[in-house]
Amino acid sequence: MNAFSQIRRNDQPIYLDYQATTPMDPRVLEAMMPYFTYKFGNPHSRSHSYGWEAEEGVEKARGQVAKLIGADEKEVIFTSGATESNNLAIRGVAEFYKDRKNHVVTTVTEHKCVLDTCRHLEQSGFEVTYLPVQKNGLIDLDVLRNAITDKTVVVSIMAVNNEIGVIQPLAEIGKICREKKVFFHTDAAQAAGKIPLDVEAMNIDLLSISGHKIYGPKGIGALYVRRKPRVRLVPLIVGGGQERGFRSGTLPTPLCVGLGEAAEICMKEMDGEARRLKKLQERMLKGLQAKLPEIYVNGDLEHRIPGNLNISFAHVEGESLMMGIKGLSVSSGSACTSASLEPSYVLRALGVEEEMAHTSLRIGLGRFTTEQEVDTAVADLVHHVTKLREMSPLWEMSQEGIDIKSIEWAAH
Amino acid sequence: MAYSEKLIDHYENPRNIGSLDKNSEDVGTGLVGAPACGDVMKLQIKVSPEGLIEDAKFKTFGCGSAIASSSLVTEWVKGKTIDEAETIKNTDIAKHLALPPVKIHCSVLAEDAIKAAIADYRAKTAKKDEIKDAAE
Amino acid sequence: MPACAYLDHNATSPIRPSVLDAMVEALSEGGNPSSVHRVGRRARARVDAARRQVAALVGALPAEIAFTSGGTEANNMALRGAGRNRVLVSAIEHESILRAVPEAEVIPVDGRGLVDLAALERLLAKPEPALVSVMFANNETGVIQPVAEVVRLARAAGAMVHCDAVQGAGKARVDLRDLGVDYLSLSAHKLGGPTGVGALAVRAGAAFVSDRNGGGQESNRRAGTENVAGIVGFGAAAEAARDGLDAAILRDRLEVALLAIAPGAKVHGAAAPRLVNTTCISMPGVKAETQVMALDLAGVCVSAGAACSSGKVTRSAVLSAMGVNPAEAEAAIRISCGWNTASEDIDRLIAAWKALYIRVTHSELSQARAA
Repeated sequence: MNAFSQIRRNDQPIYLDYQATTPMDPRVLEAMMPYFTYKFGNPHSRSHSYGWEAEEGVEKARGQVAKLIGADEKEVIFTSGATESNNLAIRGVAEFYKDRKNHVVTTVTEHKCVLDTCRHLEQSGFEVTYLPVQKNGLIDLDVLRNAITDKTVVVSIMAVNNEIGVIQPLAEIGKICREKKVFFHTDAAQAAGKIPLDVEAMNIDLLSISGHKIYGPKGIGALYVRRKPRVRLVPLIVGGGQERGFRSGTLPTPLCVGLGEAAEICMKEMDGEARRLKKLQERMLKGLQAKLPEIYVNGDLEHRIPGNLNISFAHVEGESLMMGIKGLSVSSGSACTSASLEPSYVLRALGVEEEMAHTSLRIGLGRFTTEQEVDTAVADLVHHVTKLREMSPLWEMSQEGIDIKSIEWAAH
Repeated sequence: MAYSEKLIDHYENPRNIGSLDKNSEDVGTGLVGAPACGDVMKLQIKVSPEGLIEDAKFKTFGCGSAIASSSLVTEWVKGKTIDEAETIKNTDIAKHLALPPVKIHCSVLAEDAIKAAIADYRAKTAKKDEIKDAAE
Repeated sequence: MPACAYLDHNATSPIRPSVLDAMVEALSEGGNPSSVHRVGRRARARVDAARRQVAALVGALPAEIAFTSGGTEANNMALRGAGRNRVLVSAIEHESILRAVPEAEVIPVDGRGLVDLAALERLLAKPEPALVSVMFANNETGVIQPVAEVVRLARAAGAMVHCDAVQGAGKARVDLRDLGVDYLSLSAHKLGGPTGVGALAVRAGAAFVSDRNGGGQESNRRAGTENVAGIVGFGAAAEAARDGLDAAILRDRLEVALLAIAPGAKVHGAAAPRLVNTTCISMPGVKAETQVMALDLAGVCVSAGAACSSGKVTRSAVLSAMGVNPAEAEAAIRISCGWNTASEDIDRLIAAWKALYIRVTHSELSQARAA
């Protein structure tokens, strides 16, 4: 697995932020290149060979994506990314069926774009139930079952959480949704290519995929839209009527091809990669636990993708830690909330207290992470956490046996 | 989000980390911020009978800018009288470290910390005087 | 590269080598611009640099540029984001405009292919404040619209103006300030950049509400992780396209030649100012599809009407709106040059067109003789 080290320059930090974005697999770039250069046609140009060639590339990619999730290629439409897929799935289905249904069920730990979409729906008269999660980050199936009413149009629950990597029980959720005759949408941006997904076995009706989370390019994603029984959507982007009318706009052929290739590589290498990452995850955690007391893993460790760890380093503020570990690219909270650096709403939903949430880092491992990088990262983290604890008044108090909660802090 | 060299220097080589005996009569302690907000600063000053700040120490839980702000303040207050130290403004700290706008609150916290330490010291001496007065 | 004269740049332009170089670098480096760490900051810096390049192409401020997934999305965003219930669109707009607001009122065009300003003025006389959407140049005929005039009329009536400049930017001088519009749509792949990226310029101070929900990227105008490499490619293409296109000589030569071959041929929109790269021409009596196929066999790529309608070749709505008679409209093909068009490509087109014309007229003659 040295493909990436050939790309990574020596002055670049160790990349441990695979949930924010993944580096492109060189094989993906290789597959894309012809479509940037001599196969550059507009796939919708039916009148000449350039167009046909491009169309062929797009259709092959559609098949590759479909196979990754056990779907038929006709059920896959290309979008500009998972944010658009999620917007389209939830708003599209809600708006299409709004005469009969007015209720959406989702969870409090969804990606921001799902929560934002739900808020938008609330403003236009829908009711949204935000399911809580348990301490381990997983939903309670009974709570889900009870939340669904005869007005519910869609249940949107992410497959894998972007911050804590926990895997929701998709098959069980799908079964409940099918029984209750409501659509099941899952944001699988963090799941596709990492865990086996099967839209048939899991009774998934709509599924969102992102290119750049699976070693493919940015600017491309896909939405699976079930045909039997058929799911109807109101499109978000209209125009030339491409993608079965669900999504207009000239298809970016190289990006589609890249997503397809990325999906195929994931499909082929998923098992081996998962085993390798599990070992790295364990190595990382054990390495840290051996040297650092009072660190806590957020979210279930069993039902979790192996490429994620989310750890609270008690009494060390996350941003200052990030500033110290300059040689590591990790994230505190979610990358999408950008420079805001508020404590993560996902961690708070698990019941992690705010002061603890401020001390957490998300560490993402992936295809190009090496054992040596993990060891370097562990050493770097241990060094800086120790150093920062020495200058932390909270660490001092806790060592002195003072309960930090007993102090009346002035909010500011 | 490029940080200034001065800020990075204070973050990487913080001056005056540590603690003074908070129970000592010539030590004033300021503890400001809150863990839930992501910053807590503890700033301590040791004051000579003449009112001169002889030593200053800090410990900070917070981002790099918060650490740098408190480190800088300990440097600044040393050798000053408490009256002089009281005039330190957060804007001076922010300017010196070239804090980005989203980090201005760190300098505010540092100003609060020094003010709190001075107030604590004054309260202690006032109490001491009271006791003395009462004794006389 | 196959031996082929590609003259369909208005559908998509091949990517410029400088663009690809810039993109490959960005693709190799990766990073999410929203990440706070170094890799993320570097990605953010690339996006910002590209934003300056694209802004410079159209005389906008960098902060006025919001990147999108393409021209279609930019058009949809503008029409929905302006917050005006009443929308006026020209009859020859791209489908992404016409379908974005199905209930929009239509401004007719005249025989030259220009938007009818008198009709616009009448529509604007109604009291309800409107959004007017008129394209910079038409994708099929290349006719450049009097956008500055449209803006003058619209301003007087308190209306806002959107301009779809997807076909104009890089081919003619497009300037947000000179045009005076509030919203301007752009697409990268029409000027030698990659597919899958475009932009909407929103003039500072113009109202805009995003209808995409998510992470608040692009200053809350367009959520979704930025297509960094695509945006970088767009920037490089904008930089390369700043000098405009110098294809007028090629176009004029080809039109003179084609009209000499077939005296009954007609160039649509010839009476109006046009883009230097676009020719929409009817070969009398020969269906566009026949021409396109024959030219393709001869190694020349052109199109019949617009490519966007997912392969459906229908009679051009643009030519109908101009009052072109159905027979002539069905015989119209679009020839569009671009940054890499060479004089030999034009020779090849002329030769192929001539061969087809002779073949058709010859067989017609022999049929006539047989009858």
